[in-house]
Amino acid sequence: MKAITWHGKKDVRVENVPEPKMLNKRDAILKINLTAICGSDLHLYHGVIPTMQVGDILGHEFMGEVIEVGTDVPNLKRGDRVVVPFCIACGNCFFCQNQLTSLCDNSNPNASTAEKLYGYSSSGLFGYSHIFGGYAGGQAQYVRVPFADVGPMKIPDSVSDEQALFLTDIFPTGYMAAENCNIHDGDIVAVWGCGPVGQFAIRSALLLGAARVIAIDNIPSRLELAKKGGAETLNYDEGDVVDKLRQLTAGRGPDSCIDAVGLEAHGTAVDAIYDYAKMAMKLETDRPHALRQAIQACRKGGTISVPGVYGGVVDKFPLGVAFAKGLTFHMGQTNVHKYLKPLLERVEKGEIDPSFVITHRMSLDQGAEGYATFDAQDGCIKVVLRP
Amino acid sequence: MEIIRHKYNTPNVGKVERGASVMAGTLLTYLGIRQKGWSGAGMALLGTAFLRRGITGFCYSYQALGFRTSATPQNGNATIPYELGIRVDEATTINRPRSEVYAFWRNLENLAEFMEHVESVRMMPDLRKSHWVAKGPGNRRMEWDAEIINEVAGILIAWRSLPGSDVPNAGSVHFADAGAGRGTEVRVELQYNPPGGAIGAYVAKLFGGEPSTQIRNDLKRLKTRLEAGVVPTTEGQSAGSTRAEKDDERHRVSEKVVTASEESFPASDAPAYTH
Repeated sequence: MKAITWHGKKDVRVENVPEPKMLNKRDAILKINLTAICGSDLHLYHGVIPTMQVGDILGHEFMGEVIEVGTDVPNLKRGDRVVVPFCIACGNCFFCQNQLTSLCDNSNPNASTAEKLYGYSSSGLFGYSHIFGGYAGGQAQYVRVPFADVGPMKIPDSVSDEQALFLTDIFPTGYMAAENCNIHDGDIVAVWGCGPVGQFAIRSALLLGAARVIAIDNIPSRLELAKKGGAETLNYDEGDVVDKLRQLTAGRGPDSCIDAVGLEAHGTAVDAIYDYAKMAMKLETDRPHALRQAIQACRKGGTISVPGVYGGVVDKFPLGVAFAKGLTFHMGQTNVHKYLKPLLERVEKGEIDPSFVITHRMSLDQGAEGYATFDAQDGCIKVVLRP
Repeated sequence: MEIIRHKYNTPNVGKVERGASVMAGTLLTYLGIRQKGWSGAGMALLGTAFLRRGITGFCYSYQALGFRTSATPQNGNATIPYELGIRVDEATTINRPRSEVYAFWRNLENLAEFMEHVESVRMMPDLRKSHWVAKGPGNRRMEWDAEIINEVAGILIAWRSLPGSDVPNAGSVHFADAGAGRGTEVRVELQYNPPGGAIGAYVAKLFGGEPSTQIRNDLKRLKTRLEAGVVPTTEGQSAGSTRAEKDDERHRVSEKVVTASEESFPASDAPAYTH
């Protein structure tokens, strides 16, 4: 079968690889209908996530048709059209039973490696480095889904492949980011980053009752899409973000700030350049420019919600600012399983059509081009690939 | 992991060796005094160190290395040599009822399923004695017989190996409710004398075979086995060409695949495809 494989920094290839086999009685095999490149895949593409191995199959956003099920997967049968959460969860451990599926105790076969770095291991992920399990991903024609009795959700005929696809990751991720803001009447939410997750965070914040959403980026097409979604926009190239936010909120500051950027933030401020230098010298693994700005801009007693991916150590983290202002932090990988059904209902009711975010439709054969296009950002927000 | 060392000033040098130390010490001290100068002083100093070792019967190096040549002050029932060996304390919490976790462990033959280095456990008909086969350093086959010396249903199992073991060991596992529906706490205490003594354990640690990490990973597999029913794996899954295969490819006509790399695909240029 064809699959997109990782070969190093800015080197991904479409290769012929063996088709996946069942390895456990709780496995299922899917034929992929549609898969997408995630913003977090670009971190792999840039080589900033450790423990990738040459030949690893990428991709954690995919949906498709069940073609084989294990003996312990009573909920699925051949021909079911399903969408699969990007985090792999056993459904049995303390964390799964408390809806914290991205923290599953049992799904990461390389948990001991993760424990060395993080103390404890989070769940296994599809196609996202060996520290998160080394599972083959879904940017391929077929994929093996472990714990298939827990993850995959059947999609009704009324919902198209494109509408269902983003339930795997970016819609729940944006939604959880907004939910973590604990939005009250009259709240103003600021969102750093108008990539795919930022776009869903903007719409989710409005769905959850935010009075206003302010979207921050410097790419015109992304700001345009944010505006279409109901946000006010702020281009960070056109002035000081913290100052502008103070004006836009009449001196109060946003009630909640969402960092939908993560460890590879761009910026032109002194601290951003400092981060580039330190990252280049391997003295720092993450560039938290957007996060620093969010902490500075947030109102007193407000909430910082971080759906953007961080991987290691950050420098010059303004903890004193956060302490002085009594901020609350929410972060982490998305507990996708918890959001599948409620968000599918919102799609079915027509409250949101997640396919709005797609700008590029390609074939799986064009995978390498897809990565480069998404990386160049010019007019590109979301790339979907059809095998 | 804790390397157990005997206390300071307990004699740890055997009788013959103590005699040899006294003789060598006397000779070195005598020669050192006769030779004079710095080298003489050095010899005399070394000589007095040997004298002290021989007279007191205590060797600092042996103590540091967890090693002794003297007879051990213990009765014949003890499994692990007195004040020697490795001690490991590890624990896990398993989201299953205590009775179930205990019953799984008490059927000792199940242990080979999640203990990486244990190849098989065979229970004797009396259900107290068992025969163990394990993989040691360098894949050396090691065997021992063990017996359960204390057992409280649902709470405790304690065992020790019997004389003639390749790896003398003793330990216990305690089961307790974590409370508030959080499953069962499993605590393992294990003491054993590894092949090569404490030096062997140090060497194993250098090569990543740290005993407490091994036991922790064993307990993790037990937890996953009992909670999830299966142990997750990626062994046998698909992957693209590895670096080694890539090197091979240079010597043969490669399969035609679409590739774009940093070299072939600068941002300013159109993608260069090889079809």
